[in-house]
Amino acid sequence: MNHKMIYLDNAATTAVRPEVLEAMLPWFTEHYGNPSSIHTAGREAKVAVETARKQVAAAIGAQPQEIYFTGCGSESDNWAIRGLADVAKGKHIITSAVEHHAVLHPCEYLEKKGYEVTYLPVDEFGRVSPQAVKDAIREDTILITIMTANNEIGTIEPIAEIGAIAKAAGVPFHTDAVQAIGAIPVDVKAMNVDMLSMSAHKFNGPKGVGALYIRKGLRISPFMLGGAQEHNKRAGTENLASIVGMGKAIELAVSQMEEHKKVLVRLRDKLIAGVTNTIPDVRLNGHPTDRLPNNFNMCFRFIEGESLLMRLDLAGIEGSSGSACTSGSLDPSHVLLAIGLPHEIAHGSLRLTLGHDTTEADIDYVLEKLPGIVQVLRDMSPLYYLEKEKENA
Amino acid sequence: MYTEKVMDHFEHPRNVGEIENASGSGTVGNAKCGDIMKMDIKVENGVITDAKFKTFGCCAAVATSSMATEMIIGKTIEEALALTNKQVMDELGGLPPVKVHCSVLAEESIRAALEDYKKNHA
Repeated sequence: MNHKMIYLDNAATTAVRPEVLEAMLPWFTEHYGNPSSIHTAGREAKVAVETARKQVAAAIGAQPQEIYFTGCGSESDNWAIRGLADVAKGKHIITSAVEHHAVLHPCEYLEKKGYEVTYLPVDEFGRVSPQAVKDAIREDTILITIMTANNEIGTIEPIAEIGAIAKAAGVPFHTDAVQAIGAIPVDVKAMNVDMLSMSAHKFNGPKGVGALYIRKGLRISPFMLGGAQEHNKRAGTENLASIVGMGKAIELAVSQMEEHKKVLVRLRDKLIAGVTNTIPDVRLNGHPTDRLPNNFNMCFRFIEGESLLMRLDLAGIEGSSGSACTSGSLDPSHVLLAIGLPHEIAHGSLRLTLGHDTTEADIDYVLEKLPGIVQVLRDMSPLYYLEKEKENA
Repeated sequence: MYTEKVMDHFEHPRNVGEIENASGSGTVGNAKCGDIMKMDIKVENGVITDAKFKTFGCCAAVATSSMATEMIIGKTIEEALALTNKQVMDELGGLPPVKVHCSVLAEESIRAALEDYKKNHA
């Protein structure tokens, strides 16, 4: 390969920062004690886990005892929903049509167990209406779960408003904040959330570790049985080095958020404007301003997403798509369908998600390559040909 | 996940385009599923002398269309009708299991073009 790869898939995962890796390394080989052990090595490890817990808590305005380490964001979502359903008296859950599958599939699972789930629709930008949440609350509603920001189209949901409604109604409120940490301000008090899911590898921490915030006083059943770890709620020897890495990563991500945000928003908007100005028949997915600073998601009519991704990859650009062919099913992304896109347009989506190391030159390179690649695919598309025939008729 | 041959046909598709005054033409698939294929053929004395395609679809759909055109040029109508998606896939060195359904379109588009030819020349 004669050029470096430009990685623009930071919503999928991010690189571990060198400072994070450095903080993790001693906990593999030098200080490898089991945090549950009584001896010196065990006590050192315990202190490391508790330090990370404080770092995570501080990043979201929580108390350390409200943070439970998990294996990933999906585990946090599963635990929050199924763990609450286990102990709650009631059979109704409110969520949205654009949630991550780690929220939707547990909801579908509970439906099979006799629960009723309301999947709230979203507007053309992917936003849930707080009023619709309020109207959906019933006597037997046990949980509201709405994501903080969408992983595909980047739309930021009105979480604080929904949180206030949930609080007033006395219904526990969970939010999947996996994409939001380090990108936008997240404060569990200001947002009025009772549970919040996080994942370290989305903010330059390691894979294989996440956390669930559970507000003090809210009872949910344990996720894993068999040990006293995580206040008897999530058994299993702690993923020590990764937990240390998560603590370091969240501290860095939140402390540098404002600085990163300025650069990301500028580069993101340059990319959106550049594509809009040079390529016809495109549309921006998600909200134009209430969106994650690093999220670009656009549809290119008449072409299919996987072909676009593969050609971009050959040109050294790594992105993702919501086309059926990238999801392993026959339907394109449920999020793109929920914002009202017809199937054939949803198949032609491209998501590029920037990282804090994305440069102006990277964006210029994408803007240089993308128009030609789109045109090559359009030139071989029968849809494009039919549309042009119609226009000329 | 794709073989080198699939990537080669995807990156450098053979016989993309249309044939003016084609002997037969067929369009199969639908945009809802994310795959549409249009196949034009030219038939002279019962032999396919040219084939061109346009495809809206994934990498596998593009590569199978490209390979299928190469495989039918020079074949008689009967030989081309006997071509299966499995033969096209085998020639490409295989496809990932989730992509097998994409290869069916190539076979179908050839059949549709041949049927169109037969109808035009009945």
